[in-house]
Amino acid sequence: MQLMDSSHSNPMSLCSQADSQRTLYPYVTGTSVIGVKYKDGILMAADMGGSYGSTLRYKSVERMKPIGKHSLLGASGEISDFQEILHYLDELILYDNMWDDGNSLGPKEVHSYLTRVMYNRRNKFNPLWNSLVLGGVKNGQKYLGTVSMIGVHFEDNHVATGFGNHLARPILRDEWHEDLSFEDGVKLLEKCMRVLLYRDRSAVNKLQIAKITEEGVTISQPYSLKTFWGFSAFQNPTVGAEGSW
Amino acid sequence: MGTTIIGVTYNGGVVLGADSRTSTGMYVANRASDKITQLTDNVYICRSGSAADSQIVSDYVRYFLHQHTIQLGQPATVKVAANLVRLVSYNNKNMLETGLIVGGWDKYEGGKIYAIPLGGTIIEQPFAIGGSGSTYLYGFFDQAWKEGMTKDEAEQLVVKAVSLAIARDGASGGVIRTVIINSEGVTRNFYPGDSLPLWHEELPPQNSLLELLHSSSPEPMNV
Repeated sequence: MQLMDSSHSNPMSLCSQADSQRTLYPYVTGTSVIGVKYKDGILMAADMGGSYGSTLRYKSVERMKPIGKHSLLGASGEISDFQEILHYLDELILYDNMWDDGNSLGPKEVHSYLTRVMYNRRNKFNPLWNSLVLGGVKNGQKYLGTVSMIGVHFEDNHVATGFGNHLARPILRDEWHEDLSFEDGVKLLEKCMRVLLYRDRSAVNKLQIAKITEEGVTISQPYSLKTFWGFSAFQNPTVGAEGSW
Repeated sequence: MGTTIIGVTYNGGVVLGADSRTSTGMYVANRASDKITQLTDNVYICRSGSAADSQIVSDYVRYFLHQHTIQLGQPATVKVAANLVRLVSYNNKNMLETGLIVGGWDKYEGGKIYAIPLGGTIIEQPFAIGGSGSTYLYGFFDQAWKEGMTKDEAEQLVVKAVSLAIARDGASGGVIRTVIINSEGVTRNFYPGDSLPLWHEELPPQNSLLELLHSSSPEPMNV
């Protein structure tokens, strides 16, 4: 990427990069992404919200994208940084294709590349403000990994970002098992997404579920989940304790 | 406690409305809270801001109003209730962080709404909005508010407004609770999250993606 001195690195930057550019805080953000391994590959779910602070500003943001032939990337955090990462990955895949050698980067390689990018940016105090979930299948091998904005990375049978770590993973630890069918995988992810919808302030009721198998990537149409409010305790919660919640 | 609270007068009484989300940071601590609290039989208060502060203010005012009612020998007026709220909010302005809307019905003045924002100002208004979600409703009410609505029109306006705020404010959500107060008494209503109208970019809810896929789907999956 950029190897020249900091004042010339980016012609679009209006001042010397040495003295100003540091990501301090995110502006437009996406919330949790959840990924699980299943029988034929990886299933991933993310809602389509782009929050602007506490405002639910954008409701049709696609936070999962296919990468090359074998990978699927989901991102939470700053959307502009995610778009920048997609740009880097476009370049990576282009160079890979240009070798024209019949080989192609698999999910493990893409994950490794992303880890290096995220960690090196963190070391320069200018992080890409994202938590990423990278899943894929190559030559029958399923791969599911995650990278955070500070470069923490690992792979597992089920991963999640943000609130998903606290609300979805306990459900997955209990109910995930090897060789889930597509139907069971979807139901499990929907169960997690519903809890997130109830309990995460930045969640939005419009989501997509993506699957990646040896055959390729499919990202579902956007859809919404039904929610349940029929507990009798919800009707008159403060009867007998006026002033409480 | 980011919130959306609304109070609206109509010919005959008032309609109070609120969402039901209480959050600690980004976590929704209670998705079905009741933010419309009783002060007397005929006066209720909508609470926003710090949950603790709004609860303690309404507890104090309920206590004072109870004693006042005994001494007066008849139901307290909405104006008295609102001014008691103002006194507590104003005299403790450095410590409190709560915005309140007092609404009720009494035989002298009929239905009345009083807004008491941060600082302890009191403003009598035909309608009032408050909480973090209210920022999304100023334009809506400028256009949709009309004098002399019926009870049903007023309640529908309140439900529509809270629903619009919930669509855009992350700190508001859950169910919509309304309280209607008039000469006949008090009615509480409950509108669960999935019964509310859909707004821009929102989709009708489904049981599962699997049902969408197995039905003769006009929109095939796409890469």
